[in-house]
Amino acid sequence: MTKEEIVAGLAEILEEVAGVNPEDVTEDKSFTDDLDVDSLSMVEVVVAAEEKFGVKIPDDEVQNLKSVGDAATFVLNQQAA
Amino acid sequence: MADVVVTGLGATTPLGGDAASTWAGLLAGRSGVGPLTQDWAEQLTVRIAAQLAEEPSLKIDRVQARRMDRAEQIAVIAAREAYADAGLGDDLDRERLGVVVGTGIGGATTMLAQDDILEASGPRKVSPHTVPMLMPNGPAAWVGLTFQAQAGVHCPASACATGAEAIAWGLDMIRSGRADVVLAGGVEAVIHPLPMAGFASMRAMSVRNDEPQRASRPWDAARDGFVLGEGAGVIVLESAEHAAARGARVYAKLAGAGMSSDGYDIVQPHPEGIGAARAIKMAIRDGGLTGADVQHVNAHATSTPVGDIAEINSIRASIGDHPVLTAPKSMLGHLLGAAGAVESIATILSLHEQIIPPTINLENPDEGLTLDVVTGEPRKMQLDAALNNSFGFGGHNVALLFTRA
Repeated sequence: MTKEEIVAGLAEILEEVAGVNPEDVTEDKSFTDDLDVDSLSMVEVVVAAEEKFGVKIPDDEVQNLKSVGDAATFVLNQQAA
Repeated sequence: MADVVVTGLGATTPLGGDAASTWAGLLAGRSGVGPLTQDWAEQLTVRIAAQLAEEPSLKIDRVQARRMDRAEQIAVIAAREAYADAGLGDDLDRERLGVVVGTGIGGATTMLAQDDILEASGPRKVSPHTVPMLMPNGPAAWVGLTFQAQAGVHCPASACATGAEAIAWGLDMIRSGRADVVLAGGVEAVIHPLPMAGFASMRAMSVRNDEPQRASRPWDAARDGFVLGEGAGVIVLESAEHAAARGARVYAKLAGAGMSSDGYDIVQPHPEGIGAARAIKMAIRDGGLTGADVQHVNAHATSTPVGDIAEINSIRASIGDHPVLTAPKSMLGHLLGAAGAVESIATILSLHEQIIPPTINLENPDEGLTLDVVTGEPRKMQLDAALNNSFGFGGHNVALLFTRA
């Protein structure tokens, strides 16, 4: 899976869970500051991303995933591991 | 003490998606009961219910709807309608706006759905929205949030008396000076196999599966239990002074409320309806009237063998033999925590339009029915004072006295 595909997958999840316009989901965007994803929705995003990408995202890692790019990179590295 | 009036109505019920269509259905004597066609219903002894006429999730923003239990969705839908119907705008003082919206069972369907996820997929998959969706104060809180109410948001829970109790507490909020305007009512949305099976195990529900529309038959000799329904009713209560100052239309006055408890049994009403009679007397006294003044009772009458006649006894003991009765549950089914609110809306509209909707399915009256019940066509008559009764498991009795505006 490419990073672009992961970003597109995250955009789908964000639209479903938080009503975020998929066009707004780019690597530079912060989940909370730019996309208005609140903490409860972020939990949903993480669980949905684990399912969609077949990875584990530990709770103590979530706080480091501030931007869409952070999350996409983390998923990419997990998939490669 | 402030006079309190009703200036707005909102509902979503098995008869219609708003108060007007619900009222039209009641006047037309239409049944909202139908067969349950869901797969899960096949295993149940009771396979009928009064389901909402309009799907609520379609009337709520999609993302917001997935964070709300069905009971919360219908609370917001009914409250929005009531608020708009009252002509309230953005300029209302939010610190003087209160909410009292109760539920009998709360977000049970969310709890059960998330338990299925817990069992199947483990705790990590349980939604972070689970608790705000299942908490019983959720519907009240969502209504408060929708209108930024800051005078207090409350959630009474008294089973099938809840909706009426909420209106009684709303009256209290305004009389005590804590609010000028209160959104008051009740909601329920638990048509799900577990509550259905529980009520069925109590032998409280009708098993007339072959004739859904004839299943809810208050006071009929062949009645065999209530029919579960789902719905919401919210009314705008307002101090008469506040309503007059903004030139609001007034449907009726909420003249008084009476609340009592049986102290008798967790489920059965007192067979002579003593506690209910006390609540009725209290409401009439609270409104400064006497039993002779009350011309109409919108009865609790659920279609259960014991309860229907106990209520007749309580009405005769507290008011007399003259009031004209009707039983909206013959058409709506039993909306549990919403019943008292939706049926209050019917009582208010009876006063406003001077007409009483019929009771359907009353073909062979029980010999214990010794009062006049409207059947067939709705009855036009002069109405100056009307009472709404609601009683709940746990021995809760609430009577609300409405008078003509």
